[in-house]
Amino acid sequence: MKHFYKIALLVIVLIGLQVTVTMTDRVYYLTQLTMAAYYTMAVLGLTLLMGYAGQISLGHAGFFAIGGYTSAVLTTFNLRPYSDSILFRLLDTLHLLQRREDLYGELIINVNPVIAMVLAIVISAVIAYVIGIPVLKLKGHYLAMATLGFGIIVYRIVLGTPVFGEADGISDVPPFFFFGNFGISGDMDLRIQNYYIAWAFVVLILFILMNLLDSRVGRALRAIHGAEDASKSVGVDTAEYKLKTFVLSAVIASMAGVCLTHFNGGIGPSEASVMKSIRYVSIVAAGGMASLWGTMFMSTFLNFMSLRGYFGSYDDAVFGGILILIMLFAPEGILSLSFRRWFSKLFSPAEDG
Amino acid sequence: MAILKINNLSKSFGGLKAINNVSFHLQEGAIKAVIGPNGAGKTTLFNLISGFLKPDNGSIIFKDTGIDGLDAHRIATLGIARTFQHIRLFPGMNVLENVMMGRHRFARTGFLSSMLNMPWKRREEREIKEKALYALEFVGIAELAYKDALELSYGQQRLVELARALALEPEILLLDEPAAGLNMRETAEMGILIERIRDKGVTVLIVEHDMTLIMKISDEIVVLSYGEKIAEDNPLSIQKNEEVIRVYLGEEDA
Repeated sequence: MKHFYKIALLVIVLIGLQVTVTMTDRVYYLTQLTMAAYYTMAVLGLTLLMGYAGQISLGHAGFFAIGGYTSAVLTTFNLRPYSDSILFRLLDTLHLLQRREDLYGELIINVNPVIAMVLAIVISAVIAYVIGIPVLKLKGHYLAMATLGFGIIVYRIVLGTPVFGEADGISDVPPFFFFGNFGISGDMDLRIQNYYIAWAFVVLILFILMNLLDSRVGRALRAIHGAEDASKSVGVDTAEYKLKTFVLSAVIASMAGVCLTHFNGGIGPSEASVMKSIRYVSIVAAGGMASLWGTMFMSTFLNFMSLRGYFGSYDDAVFGGILILIMLFAPEGILSLSFRRWFSKLFSPAEDG
Repeated sequence: MAILKINNLSKSFGGLKAINNVSFHLQEGAIKAVIGPNGAGKTTLFNLISGFLKPDNGSIIFKDTGIDGLDAHRIATLGIARTFQHIRLFPGMNVLENVMMGRHRFARTGFLSSMLNMPWKRREEREIKEKALYALEFVGIAELAYKDALELSYGQQRLVELARALALEPEILLLDEPAAGLNMRETAEMGILIERIRDKGVTVLIVEHDMTLIMKISDEIVVLSYGEKIAEDNPLSIQKNEEVIRVYLGEEDA
């Protein structure tokens, strides 16, 4: 359990953070820290794909949005007119429906978000699989372009389809309660609880990804990244490994999308925008490309700053700028060793010889 | 018994016939060498056998199974390992991890059991490590196990690549210029090592320019020139073969 101490330390820091903001009367920070956690989840999956397997995706916001929109559509669709159907009665006896009142006191009956979550996972996995087979045959810039194309398609679809609310997106999405009043909800009184739920997801993803990397599979992924021919020569089915990693990272992004949509009570087309995908890529780059922990810290910090509005109307420009600066000066990320060496050299006296 | 049969193999790149109607058999437990002037098609032949290229014509039969046209990773999984002319190690991995990659075909742990850190994953990981260490001991560099592979000397990197190929427990080992870039002493040691690999029961097919090494270790030699087989015989007869002498001397004249 060599990961145990790192994770334990992270949990202590998270608790400390919550206690600090509560004591200093800044509980509202927890809202942004919760949202940052869900973005971090998505970015961690992308780190696996980009940093370790070496396959870029400029369409990851697409998968995030597929999760979010799947859940938003399903949990806001009123099933009341269909209450006579067999499927309705089946779902009802399985307790997979939930009843609530809308703003005008009308009864709405929706599917339980659990179903939405499961379907979101299935749909994003299928889409990632179908897209991945042809697209992952491409390398480098071509792969970047193809995934960018996918992201644009998802964006235009949610922007142009009435079911997805067009430019307004979907609002009035119900909370995702696991049991009783415990679950993902934007309710102010449930802020602290939601902070911990979101970060529990991050810790879980971190844990399973660390296990994955620390295995035969993780080794094979690094091998593909480093020397694809050599990895074939020892029997690694590189196409299969790339595809599975792509699907896995898409599913993680999609789950994050579901969670954030229920936390925010809605989702809009900006979640699917290309700028969001670029933001994820720039965070992975800033975190050190192949570093789950670096990505996690960078993602939390940058998303928090962005969500608190510190970047103002230059929000997207900041992330674009970060990407340019990192590609120019620290292609391995600013938390990487070589950059730190270069940085310390910059501020140390000139060496002899 | 022939473990590998190559029949009428052809491969063209545009108008260039890199391999033209080449046939030969590889006897089980033998060391067979492929020689020929630069551009004779030796590396193309290796890439065809190991699946990195697909032949235009002809067949490659490994123990009664046709393997021509199979993907490289499938051929490796069947037990045909190879090394590369230009060493290809995995960057960012230490020597042991590089060699552990050679055990890929014997392990079964997939994404899910890796993510959940199942007990059989850890058991398998221990086995992989043991076998990889054994391969490192066999080539004599066990003490380098935890060094960064890319920081080793050229000769040591060759041995890491060889250990990685041996970790596959191959039935056939394809060595693409294993002595390239090695000094005389290292070359002699490589020769002894290749003989030890043969003595373990591994069939070896070797492409090499160092004639002293080839004449010393190989049981049979195939000579290629411009993609065609011009001779196939034991080392002594090859040295006397007029056609072979003409091809080699002709090259020196040019």
